Amino acid sequence: MRYAYYPGCSAESTARDMNQSALAVARALGIDFEEPKGWTCCGATAGHQTDRLLSVALPAANLAKVQDMKLDMVVNCAACYNRMKVANHEIAARSEIRQGVRDALDRDYDGSVRVRHLLEVLLEDVGLPAINKSLKRSLNGLKVACYYGCLLVRPPGVVKFDDPENPKSLDRLVTMMGGQSLDWPCKVECCGGGLSLSRTDVVVNLTGSILDMAVQAGADCIAVSCPMCQSNLDLRQQDINKQFGKNYRMPVIYITQLLGLCLGFGPDELGFEKLMVPAANVLKKVEANGHE
Amino acid sequence: MLTIKKKKTGRALKDAVEALSGVDLSVCYQCKKCSGGCPVATLTQSRPSEIMRQLHLGAGDELLASDLVWTCVSCETCSTRCPMGIDVAAVMDALRRLAIERGAPKPEGNVPLFNRAFLKTVETFGRSYEIGMITAYKLGTGKLMNDTEKFPAMLKKGKIALLPPRGGDRKTVKRIFKKIKERKGAKA
Repeated sequence: MRYAYYPGCSAESTARDMNQSALAVARALGIDFEEPKGWTCCGATAGHQTDRLLSVALPAANLAKVQDMKLDMVVNCAACYNRMKVANHEIAARSEIRQGVRDALDRDYDGSVRVRHLLEVLLEDVGLPAINKSLKRSLNGLKVACYYGCLLVRPPGVVKFDDPENPKSLDRLVTMMGGQSLDWPCKVECCGGGLSLSRTDVVVNLTGSILDMAVQAGADCIAVSCPMCQSNLDLRQQDINKQFGKNYRMPVIYITQLLGLCLGFGPDELGFEKLMVPAANVLKKVEANGHE
Repeated sequence: MLTIKKKKTGRALKDAVEALSGVDLSVCYQCKKCSGGCPVATLTQSRPSEIMRQLHLGAGDELLASDLVWTCVSCETCSTRCPMGIDVAAVMDALRRLAIERGAPKPEGNVPLFNRAFLKTVETFGRSYEIGMITAYKLGTGKLMNDTEKFPAMLKKGKIALLPPRGGDRKTVKRIFKKIKERKGAKA
């Protein structure tokens, strides 16, 4: 299985752990990743809030590079995934956008590169039975609140990822690994996304209620697949505690970190030391039941 | 509560939003599902359904100063749940672009400045560069000390890159920004 892997800017800064664990998981499962040479930023939220053509041309520059590689594009960051999908959609649907992109890139791109999220590759291409066969450890009943956020599942007509109101992709992986995926109401609530610096008050309000619900559901940790969700729930947890007089110590872990543990990698190979809220409870539970 | 004054600019705002977003504002029948699902509606004075109605009724550029315009987190819940399939999030994007173009007052937190700082690093390095962006944004807002207590831990954990990103195809990205500026210049 060979794919063009687009890491996204956060893979080189706030979400090195996301990238590190995704690469480890891919290696263990025989997924072959090739980075598009010279990949660039997708423009993220700032792009689409500023200019429509800019918000399509920035992802399209990468999609065009992947088209030359004749591979499907795999994206792990939910925000980049969303922007790539929207760009494809707009280019295919509107000739004037395609023309504008051609002018901006100095080449034509038709919107046809297949964009996949890493979760889709794991569930659809590798498949749960094959992953299950490679497991070296179990989550041993770890209670996990699976959190999908916005950009992975919305807008559903464009991203076409799972069920937009009650997605199950993360839950299926957690259950397969021997964890207990919790029924809780915040799966697709918003964390505040890119407003972390500019409107910290909004982010703290939104993540505060998500954390509160995860605690009430009895979660040992929250599993995520988006670097903005991770950062807003993990890095902002001390602000949330201060603002609401709480003492949350809820680890917010990438699904690829959990999967990496179960595939036999050590925490240091998966970037666990980079979490702001330590996941000692998770490591204890998982490693205590190791069957290497 | 926003008072709608019928004047020439009102029609222009509605038309501009419809042209930019591709949304037909007249199909909204005010079921308020967008406001019900909006994660920030309890934190703002204005709600998505009110913005839709005010636009349709011919509100003028004063609408661009509504706090929802820049508090909206682009989560797309409104567009996902609209029974008429209206892309409400695209309407919000259109309002933001128009707020920049028409010089609407700076919103709380100055999100437009944040976006400019972010995109400037992308234009320069081909990829976003957090330290560059944060510095430009903090200098612009004057709130230099916010969040500084998190920096040492983030640096230690390698969660923030000291040096600008390398390896991105800067030439193509610069060309994209140049072409976008040329188009804007041609339109204005």
